[in-house]
Amino acid sequence: MITIAPVRKQVTVSASQQRAFTLFTNEMSRWWPATHSILKSPLKQYVVEPCVGGRWYAIGEDGSTAQTGHVIEWQPPQRLVLAWQLSGDWQFDPELITEVEIRFIAESADSTRVELEHRNLQRMGERAAQVRGMVDSPGGWTAILEAFKKCATA
Amino acid sequence: MTYQTAFLALADPTRRQVFEQLRHGAKAVGVIAAQMPVSRPAVSQHLGILKKAGLVADRAEGTRRVYYIDPHGLASIRIWLDQFWGDALTAFKAEAEKEGMGK
Repeated sequence: MITIAPVRKQVTVSASQQRAFTLFTNEMSRWWPATHSILKSPLKQYVVEPCVGGRWYAIGEDGSTAQTGHVIEWQPPQRLVLAWQLSGDWQFDPELITEVEIRFIAESADSTRVELEHRNLQRMGERAAQVRGMVDSPGGWTAILEAFKKCATA
Repeated sequence: MTYQTAFLALADPTRRQVFEQLRHGAKAVGVIAAQMPVSRPAVSQHLGILKKAGLVADRAEGTRRVYYIDPHGLASIRIWLDQFWGDALTAFKAEAEKEGMGK
């Protein structure tokens, strides 16, 4: 099986652990690079619903929404695991789960080290191969069309 | 495809810009060229090299051919995400330290 090294980044910010966690989650739209929105319209808000299973999604200025993923683990103010569910061509895929773990480590009262790891990246490739295989195989579109035919002629 | 091939393909700044244009989704050659100071044939040539390196793929969309970051090209995804999270955390730090809200 192919594996791909996780992306690891870290940054130390002059902010308390609580403040860093809140800014990262509740105020994501304040810092999320605007050029990376998956929406057609400019980003108005990026929402991380504050609970396990909560959705992670963007809201555009025109009111449109686009989901990025969901919350896997919610442990304020130390740790957060988000599911990044965008495929290689930036479509939300509910069957695809890559994990983004963010740890907030208090170095002092007003200094926090933020460590980020984005892992299971090989799943993007596996999933892409799966989707292609599904569509190409007799069990894919052929089966769907057969079922449709049965239904239509019943 | 190896990481090295992908990195080499992206070593050219213009080609890297073409690749960056696909960050937000599939685009046709003309659309990419319109946002860059290079000709359409030049963009096509860069896309060809990116495709060979396994970084982008193409598909027909109506009468056009659109290019997108190849989901099989894991190296390209990793390169993109590595850069993306770098940018994001830099912006996060700037925001956290703005207005002295750190306390």
